Amino acid sequence: MAVLINANTRVMTQGFTGAQGTFHASQGIAYGSTYVGGVTPGKGGTMHPELNLPVFNTVAECVAATGANASVIYVPAPFAADSILEAIDAEIPLIICITEGIPVLDMVKVKRALSTSKSRLVGPNCPGVITPDACKIGIMPGHIHRRGSVGIVSRSGTLTYEAVAQTTAAGLGQSTCVGIGGDPVKGMDFIDVLELFLKDDETKSIIMIGEIGGQSEVQAAEYLARENFGPGKPNKPVVGFIAGATAPPGRRMGHAGAVISGGQDTAVAKMAAMAAVGIHIADSPSALGSTMVKALKA
Amino acid sequence: MNIHEYQGKELLRRYGVTVLEGHVAETPDAAEAAARKLPGPIYVVKSQIHAGGRGAGRFVDDPNGKGGVRLAKSPEEAKAAAAAMLNHVLVTKQTGPEGKLVRRVYVEAGCDIARELYLAFLLDRDVGRVAIMASTEGGMEIEEVAEHHPEKILKVHVDPATGVQGWHARKLAFGLGLEGKQVGAFVKFVTALYGAYVELDCAIVEINPLVVTKGGDVVALDAKVSFDDSALYRHKDLEALRDDHEMDPKELDAVQNDLNYVALDGEIGCMVNGAGLAMATMDIIKLYGSSPANFLDVGGTANAARVTEAFRIITSDTNVKGILVNIFGGIAKCDMIATGIVEASKNLSLKVPLVVRLEGTNVELGKKILAESGLAIIPADNLADAAQKAVAAVKGA
Repeated sequence: MAVLINANTRVMTQGFTGAQGTFHASQGIAYGSTYVGGVTPGKGGTMHPELNLPVFNTVAECVAATGANASVIYVPAPFAADSILEAIDAEIPLIICITEGIPVLDMVKVKRALSTSKSRLVGPNCPGVITPDACKIGIMPGHIHRRGSVGIVSRSGTLTYEAVAQTTAAGLGQSTCVGIGGDPVKGMDFIDVLELFLKDDETKSIIMIGEIGGQSEVQAAEYLARENFGPGKPNKPVVGFIAGATAPPGRRMGHAGAVISGGQDTAVAKMAAMAAVGIHIADSPSALGSTMVKALKA
Repeated sequence: MNIHEYQGKELLRRYGVTVLEGHVAETPDAAEAAARKLPGPIYVVKSQIHAGGRGAGRFVDDPNGKGGVRLAKSPEEAKAAAAAMLNHVLVTKQTGPEGKLVRRVYVEAGCDIARELYLAFLLDRDVGRVAIMASTEGGMEIEEVAEHHPEKILKVHVDPATGVQGWHARKLAFGLGLEGKQVGAFVKFVTALYGAYVELDCAIVEINPLVVTKGGDVVALDAKVSFDDSALYRHKDLEALRDDHEMDPKELDAVQNDLNYVALDGEIGCMVNGAGLAMATMDIIKLYGSSPANFLDVGGTANAARVTEAFRIITSDTNVKGILVNIFGGIAKCDMIATGIVEASKNLSLKVPLVVRLEGTNVELGKKILAESGLAIIPADNLADAAQKAVAAVKGA
């Protein structure tokens, strides 16, 4: 069954005729996903020159004409918050924003708008979402994925690929991979995705990959202690890793959200909180697959 | 991006935040002239560096002397204080043992302090809103207050749809025990500061201490202001406030070349695509017994020129005894990275061992380019293999 996206997902693209929108829509189509059109303001009424799909001026028009139920955003950072807000207004159920470098205060406004909306947002500053063999929305390399049983949720793009490659090599495969992104203010967080994975029959186990900065991994561990582990609960095995054990405090490590500030948000503190509730901690980023194999045998 | 106290106060003044009159000076004579413009009879001379704890800090060449913030009772004393600071290295709790060279002082009017409070505006990422924090423990580091007296920290969140309201500020004011005219002054101060925070896309504005004067005014005695790097594109004028001297030269070089680089003190230079994988690569180097010399995310659009710049910056660090390249290509294509590595190795005549792990998009093509280059590149099959080989290479060197 997978989560968030499946073979029936109808994908539209905001920033459709730009280089990024064009390239990644073509990759998604080549992967077998259903892309239905997109938005580039000012080019409405034309056909995308390479993809032969309709272009609209507004998200609302695109939804009305194509029945799109997911929108992916490749719009440059200065205009990306505007694009997310337009998609929220059009009541698109799933919005995925790939764009990196959106001003934090823009995202504060977006977060406020989301709280009273009918939409879920994944990202920004994320690789996207993929349900292998069904639908690929985002910039991840499709060929490393295999449909299977591990749900992956991660703040890091390339580290997600690492988890994918290792679970594919271990013969487990993935149900759905969700990159929630590296920004401090974002849409779905670990708990939101974990809730979906716990309810999903196809997802038999979970890998969660966090980073230094913030408290969301600790909150996710508390959530799993309540909702996953214990008698009568799903008890799906969970493997965790936190990147940045060697990062110095106070420095922004690439991602806007990856800054140690305070001492409760270090890799060591987070891994301890996760281990305490029964999450299997991979001691190395190259041991994500092997730790899961061990966890499944335990 | 961080700025100096004097720059922060100048900006805040423009938004109606109450600060004391002051002037920046780069020489002792200028400091004396600055003091003469002030009413007196008390002057405060403050070292301008990007680090807190200046008052309690000590100068390297005068470890038993006074700190980086000094009172003066005449313009002549202000000149002497400035002479003791300018072109001297100040070590504080936040500078590390190497300290920072003081290139400017800020000469400010004194004031009659009745109470010292703490006030900060920052992003509360767990709530996704701007938080205003206040405490009665002015002058102390807020982390210490949070650890020992969390009940002394007051916090309100601002709904971006309404912006700051009077009640936000009143709730804090009464919680801090302000009364009478002080409450109105505090409300005005908080409202003005919120305006500055939002309009300038600040990351953190910390006023520590915030002073209540004997006359009932509320004044920023210090101001630590930093900006959201992602929003600097809409504040071109703020770029001019960047002080290149306050940055590691390698990091400045990286910023100018649009690379995400953080200098560390280890021996293995790293070039990785993606921030999470870059951190994980540092972690695994440590796990196998060595230490990373840097964080470097070369990004998804890496080409030969970018890889060359990255290598040049990595190898400008004399501690680097080996380099580990770890690429998991998504948007980044392994063949382009490989071409970049080959060109960079030749152009820079690389002298340290180079371990390369390529995976993902166009990986076969990338490996072929490296193999056919004739360069002494150590190929690796996966992350663990790459880290082990890099550590072995520097330990054997």
